[in-house]
Amino acid sequence: MNPFTPSHDTRHEEKPPGALAGDYWRPDGSPDPLGSGLHAGIGVSLARVDGQRKVTGQAPFAAEFRFADMLYAALSYSTIANGRIVDIDTRAAEAMDGVVLVMTHENAPPLRTPPVFLGSPHGAAGDDYPVMQSDRVHWNGQPVALVLAETQEQADAAAESLLVRYARETAMTDFEIAKSQAREPDSVLGGPATITRGDADAAFETAAYRIDATYTTPRHNHNAIEPHALTLAWHHDGKRETLRIHDASQCVDLAVTSLADVFGLDPGQIHVTSPFVGGGFGSKTLWQHQILAAAAAKLAARPVRLALSREGVYRVVGGRACTEQRVALGADSSGKLQALVHTGVAAMTRHNYLPEPFVQATKCLYGVDNLRLAVTVADMHMLANTFMRAPGEAVGTFALESALDELAELLGMDPLALRARNEPERDPLSGLPFSSRHLREAASAGAERFGWSSRHAAPGSRREGEWQIGMGCATATYPYQRMPGAAARITLDAEGATVEVAAHEMGMGTATVQTQVAAARLGLPVETIRFRYGDSSLAGAVLAGGSQQTAAIGGAVIAAQRALVDALLARLEDDSPLAGLSADDIECRDAGLGAIGNAVRFVSYRELLEQAGKREISVEAKAADSEEKSHWSMHSFGTIFCEVGVSEVSGEVRVRRLLGSFDCGRILNAKTAASQFRGGMIMGLGLALMEETWFDARSGRIMNPSLADYHVPVQMDVPDIDVMWTDIPDPHTPMGARGIGEIGITGVGAAVANAVYNACGKRVRDLPITLDKLL
Amino acid sequence: MQWTINGQIRQAEVDFRTSLLDLLREQFQLSGTKKGCNQGACGACTVLLDGQRINACLTLAVQVQGRSITTIEGLASGEALHPVQAAFIEHDGFQCGYCTPGQICSAVGLAGELARGWPSAVTADLAADDIAFDRLELRERLSGNLCRCGAYNGIVDAVAASLGQEAGA
Repeated sequence: MNPFTPSHDTRHEEKPPGALAGDYWRPDGSPDPLGSGLHAGIGVSLARVDGQRKVTGQAPFAAEFRFADMLYAALSYSTIANGRIVDIDTRAAEAMDGVVLVMTHENAPPLRTPPVFLGSPHGAAGDDYPVMQSDRVHWNGQPVALVLAETQEQADAAAESLLVRYARETAMTDFEIAKSQAREPDSVLGGPATITRGDADAAFETAAYRIDATYTTPRHNHNAIEPHALTLAWHHDGKRETLRIHDASQCVDLAVTSLADVFGLDPGQIHVTSPFVGGGFGSKTLWQHQILAAAAAKLAARPVRLALSREGVYRVVGGRACTEQRVALGADSSGKLQALVHTGVAAMTRHNYLPEPFVQATKCLYGVDNLRLAVTVADMHMLANTFMRAPGEAVGTFALESALDELAELLGMDPLALRARNEPERDPLSGLPFSSRHLREAASAGAERFGWSSRHAAPGSRREGEWQIGMGCATATYPYQRMPGAAARITLDAEGATVEVAAHEMGMGTATVQTQVAAARLGLPVETIRFRYGDSSLAGAVLAGGSQQTAAIGGAVIAAQRALVDALLARLEDDSPLAGLSADDIECRDAGLGAIGNAVRFVSYRELLEQAGKREISVEAKAADSEEKSHWSMHSFGTIFCEVGVSEVSGEVRVRRLLGSFDCGRILNAKTAASQFRGGMIMGLGLALMEETWFDARSGRIMNPSLADYHVPVQMDVPDIDVMWTDIPDPHTPMGARGIGEIGITGVGAAVANAVYNACGKRVRDLPITLDKLL
Repeated sequence: MQWTINGQIRQAEVDFRTSLLDLLREQFQLSGTKKGCNQGACGACTVLLDGQRINACLTLAVQVQGRSITTIEGLASGEALHPVQAAFIEHDGFQCGYCTPGQICSAVGLAGELARGWPSAVTADLAADDIAFDRLELRERLSGNLCRCGAYNGIVDAVAASLGQEAGA
């Protein structure tokens, strides 16, 4: 099925897959042997380990835990974007049946402003707006009151009965005005907001072939089907106060440290678990609702459940910012790029460090001597924007890859050939070698399977009845990351092994894939691995973000495996068949330790435990420092192919075929990986064709805070999607794998737009591509 | 007030404002039925009312007193999964699992509609007794159940496989 020949790095001596990983992150190190393709359990389509619970309704989500005597919460949201609360009439609400507490800025306890993500090493908050501490209103939708009642119905009715009077002040709620006062952000993902190489503007002016266009993308909301929710309780045993939270979280550890700051507690006093998360996509971090729920529970001295309504998610949890991007490309007649300018502006607030980094993909995709990238931001009175699946790349590749398509047409070149012509040998900005870049192979294999050669270059030349048919392609990319902080605990006993990491499962398949990896790593059957995650009390801290979990957990388990082998070897009896061997001579195989290359020298884990007189041996280790990105430019790549029909009558776009061919290193589970790729691509179809958060420029209010008005793709919008991958291991990552959670959404917007252009000759540079733009 | 839920008679006194969804989740702690939007837009709360699929969030508990309701918790027979449940695992018809109970109940309801010969917007012959459950027909009939993780292909694979299984059984 896969057209690529599995390959392994042949520069190094081949080790068996159960051997301990060397320093894969160092130039003089060796690849993780588990990426070699020699282990039968890696890449196999293991069904999800939590599948049975999910299909029977037995997987508990945050709003489904209970505490005795629990109250239900409802929020009331501001209806102005800037100003202050004059008064809140709570009398009717307080007199209603079942109402226990109405919390406003007048009676909320003191709450420190939470540390924000990237603003502090332990920040999980999406914004640093004060939390119900004064009469100030900072955005339209800010929580102004929280009601606790015995039932949800009572809480909802009471919240609706509140009368709030405001003193409205001037607010910047029009992006068209705000962008005229755009500023350079302090940094973009820790790097500079402007990056230049050579003189892109001068080179552009003199280039023979030039494209200079502006592309716009709207606000988006994540719309995980599980709305944000938590169930929590404060406990006091007379000596120590603790806070227990069942949250929907993709960062349990950062949530703990941030909440500790807010409430003035030691992080050890807070315990957050999140065993199942109903989708996150960047949104399930810390926002005001968790803080308000905990504050109200403290005031009422009772446990609380707060489940945001769908509208509440739009009011309290930020989404992706809108952008306006300019891409200017200059090329010679052979298609060689001589200048690349990618600049623009995104809406933002001064309340976090998350400017939409739309130039990210442009940093690594094309070899060009003259490059200028610049992100500016326009401050607005709005809920802080945040990261949403492939922040930067999702909307940035729409602009860049649309422009490439425009340039290809100008040059009379095949769009794939134009991209291949500009494939860089080294990272265009850092000059570092790529750890593993096989975009050419991915593109040509995808083109072959998709039947790209049957595309008509001239727009509007293929037709079926009222339908004009077109094909388009675009490049997908997302960086590899392995953030610091990961650690793992392995506990070996007679039945198998427990692997514990404070990581997250939001549907990516983490629990399943890491069970496979641990089994392969330890030489144990998958059924004997118990993978535990989603609990702040577990080892380390692993953010489910930046497509980094697989590598981060992988690196931690590599370290823990070594610690386990060391611990077992230290307890060997003198006459053991393994006596005298060091960890590097050892492989984990057949539920025990064996000498590499010697089938006889072997002791089972059971025997090792018995000899040590232990029921179990437990070790914990931190992952090696993430040094690899300082030696190599590390990215995943892919090419998206799309075929659309555009109705000449209605302007309706139907996606008829969609294919993604990816180069993401070793794929660890074909079944769950295919679902990740398809899921990202479907969110890309939404971005291309329908998704848009309507932000009223007059009031600053989100006008479509519902799944009825914010359209996400449904079954009828989605064709059968073909996905394929190179499966070429990256020699410098754990398991040879790079993340796959975000790359799927990248490139899709442009692939669809390019296909639409090929179908009907209309170039839409403003997302989403709705039918009115095609009539 | 009384309902038959998954074959058992259950009683509770609830607020007239209580939806069937909140009755199931909060009163009876049958939290397998999910709340995704609480306004009939996402399908996560799909349950079977006397065998037909409905949105539990748009149904008041008082409105369906005495009726028979089947939820995701009532589909398996002991340890044996319902064929649709097993097919969802086999074909990876989900990722996060939050929309999954609704998708599965919807698929079970859909099978009944096909068996009764109910046409959909894409059925070519409205008078046909026998409706072919091709992928287009299934996609149309499953379009009321949103999946943000994008497991749509796997869901259609799972439903097609389980319908075939039931037809062949």
